[in-house]
Amino acid sequence: MSFVEYGDTIKDGDTAIVFLGHESMFPVKVQHGTVTQTKYGVIRHSTDLIGKKYGSKVTCSKGGWVFILHPTPELWTMNLPHRTQILYSTDISIITMMLELKPGSIVCESGTGSGSLSHALIRTVAPTGHLYTVEFHQQRAEKAREEFREHGVEHLVTVTNQDVCKNGFGVSNVADAVFLDIPSPWEAIGHAKSALKAEGGRICSFSPCIEQVQRTCLAMEEYGFTEINTLEILLRVYNVRTISLQIPDLGKAAEDNSSTGFDSSNPSHHGSPCANLQQGTVQFKSGVPLREVVGHTGYLTFATKS
Amino acid sequence: RKIIFEKQWFYLDNAIGHIYGTTFEVTSGGNLQPKQEVEETTTETKEAGTDNRNIVDDGKSQKLTHDDIKALKDKGIKGQEIVQQLIENSTTFRDKTEFAQDKYIKKKKKKYEAVITIVKPSTRILSTMYYAREPGKINHLRYDTLAQMLTLGNIHAGNKMIVMETCSGLVLGAVMERMGGYGSIIQMYPGGGPVRAATSCFGFPKPFFDNLHEFPLSKVQSLLSGTFTTETLPADPEDNALVEEESNGLTEEKQTSLQETEEEPTAEAALESNPTEEQDAMDISAEDAEFKENKEKENKENVREKHIKQWERRKKLLEAAALLREKNADGLIVASKFHPTPLLLSLLEFVAPSRPFVVYCQYKEPLLECYTKLRERGGVINLKLSETWLRNYQVLPDRSHPKLTMSGGGGYLLSGITVILDKGKSDSSNSEALKMEEPSSKRCRLQDLPC
Repeated sequence: MSFVEYGDTIKDGDTAIVFLGHESMFPVKVQHGTVTQTKYGVIRHSTDLIGKKYGSKVTCSKGGWVFILHPTPELWTMNLPHRTQILYSTDISIITMMLELKPGSIVCESGTGSGSLSHALIRTVAPTGHLYTVEFHQQRAEKAREEFREHGVEHLVTVTNQDVCKNGFGVSNVADAVFLDIPSPWEAIGHAKSALKAEGGRICSFSPCIEQVQRTCLAMEEYGFTEINTLEILLRVYNVRTISLQIPDLGKAAEDNSSTGFDSSNPSHHGSPCANLQQGTVQFKSGVPLREVVGHTGYLTFATKS
Repeated sequence: RKIIFEKQWFYLDNAIGHIYGTTFEVTSGGNLQPKQEVEETTTETKEAGTDNRNIVDDGKSQKLTHDDIKALKDKGIKGQEIVQQLIENSTTFRDKTEFAQDKYIKKKKKKYEAVITIVKPSTRILSTMYYAREPGKINHLRYDTLAQMLTLGNIHAGNKMIVMETCSGLVLGAVMERMGGYGSIIQMYPGGGPVRAATSCFGFPKPFFDNLHEFPLSKVQSLLSGTFTTETLPADPEDNALVEEESNGLTEEKQTSLQETEEEPTAEAALESNPTEEQDAMDISAEDAEFKENKEKENKENVREKHIKQWERRKKLLEAAALLREKNADGLIVASKFHPTPLLLSLLEFVAPSRPFVVYCQYKEPLLECYTKLRERGGVINLKLSETWLRNYQVLPDRSHPKLTMSGGGGYLLSGITVILDKGKSDSSNSEALKMEEPSSKRCRLQDLPC
């Protein structure tokens, strides 16, 4: 296993994702002799995990079972231990594309935070690219280093423990792209510019507040960045449901109802919840929004150095 | 070569040798001239009003007439100067607020100062461009949706991907960019061959195409059932005859013909490069005689060449079939004009367990059905139907606000992860148990809703 390379079977030392069903999952570090408790019972790593194929169904002691998944940056993002606020895959996707990242890209990032974005960046630039990530919080920097080692990607990333606003990224004229997720990105724009290659590159800054965006945009303009563009991306997830709507009784004859072409092709799914009423129902599939309110994560400001 | 862009025509010759991101001005002759950084002429005394209470729209604020402007343009005067003239001849300009003046200048500049910037192709540029210019050709796949697909599909170097798209090859190109030439891609195509118009815009180096395979969608069923053979390969009867003929022929003959084609181009190249040298010309004329003798052979060679092409195509197809037969692909990406359900139910067979798949559809309803059918089939978990909204912002001092909302129109995605499918009916009761266990609580709740 590695976060940048698929493997077939689960090995000692791997990080695997235990999938319990319906968005409920957690990561485990696979180790001989270790056991993991789930609500379906115990998983014994030596017998239940090691040597099995990723994607296998594993039966736990209580007879319940779980699926064991190969780790990906996306699954990691959903399961990682939070040390800070993290970026989720929706934002990460657009960041990756707008920064034009691909195998071989050199990227600078600050701050490392919980490493959610870092894993995705490393995945995309591997095997020939590199990530230089700067985190001013010493413990977080240490923890990130440890995780990268565990996940088999340490050769693709350099973690530096310093203040990016004061000391920059520790590299100059090497990066194809720079990503900033810090409280005062405008103070790091100059360092970002010098970290980028002489022939140019892309920059992105993530900020929750519009005031931060304004200051950042001004700084970018001042440093000669072009193509400055701010956007926001929102994810809407839909639950797929079979909905039945009751037909109102308007005093019409029953035959009229059946002739209007209601879809009763799926009656086997479950009986009408309103069976006590004589009236029919209409069933249909619908994508129902999960949440009523779409949250705000942050504004993404992109620009080009050329 | 003459190129027309935004009602301007020009030649690209002058752009060669400049770095990407260079901005050019279009001159009257259609030539490009690198544009220097212009110092904004803000030295003139700035006069501006505070509001528009006295500005009346009488249509007479601009003193220059249409003909005047046309005359200026015909004289070949720089756009910058035309804009300046327009400002000077606008009676209301000085009464406008500073922000309105700014806006006015920007609008006029856009119209009269023809500048173009030449940039390097990338998924970002091409997907944005296609969505703006040719959304129909990419099934209205918005660029942020494409970005989601690449991430949800965990596209990275070393993957063995299956891609089924009818997006002019844009999705294929995006996947190729993210894989950087490492790993392999099998493109499933409908009809006579894969469309790669957008793919070619990326300007990928040749090695990127070494591990790009294609396989006709119409042969998927036979591949799955095990009845797939190359004999049944060509779609049209004409090709069929050729293949039969070829398969009757000796392998030796194929090899010699292959060698011949390899030699032929080099001979031709020599012909073209040395026509001025007399000695060579003599040789050529001698060769020419031989060539005439071989004229009748040429016809045969043409047929042979066809055979070789056929043979190579078949070889590539066999390779693709072999790759698919391993059933260990690292992911599946579908973005087509076809109904996604049958595509997914068949193509997922080729994907290894614990791998992501993503289906794009312009409409939500087919994905609802697809979701249900995949649940019935099993072998997939973490199914998610989603959509993204994209909002662009104008950020200017004291004038920051959202530009436009793009809701809908960007399409929908259904994604999930494959798992090992239960074999035999013995486990089916178990899987049913899961089905009941998992969504039953949701169902109950929903069932209650209509009451």
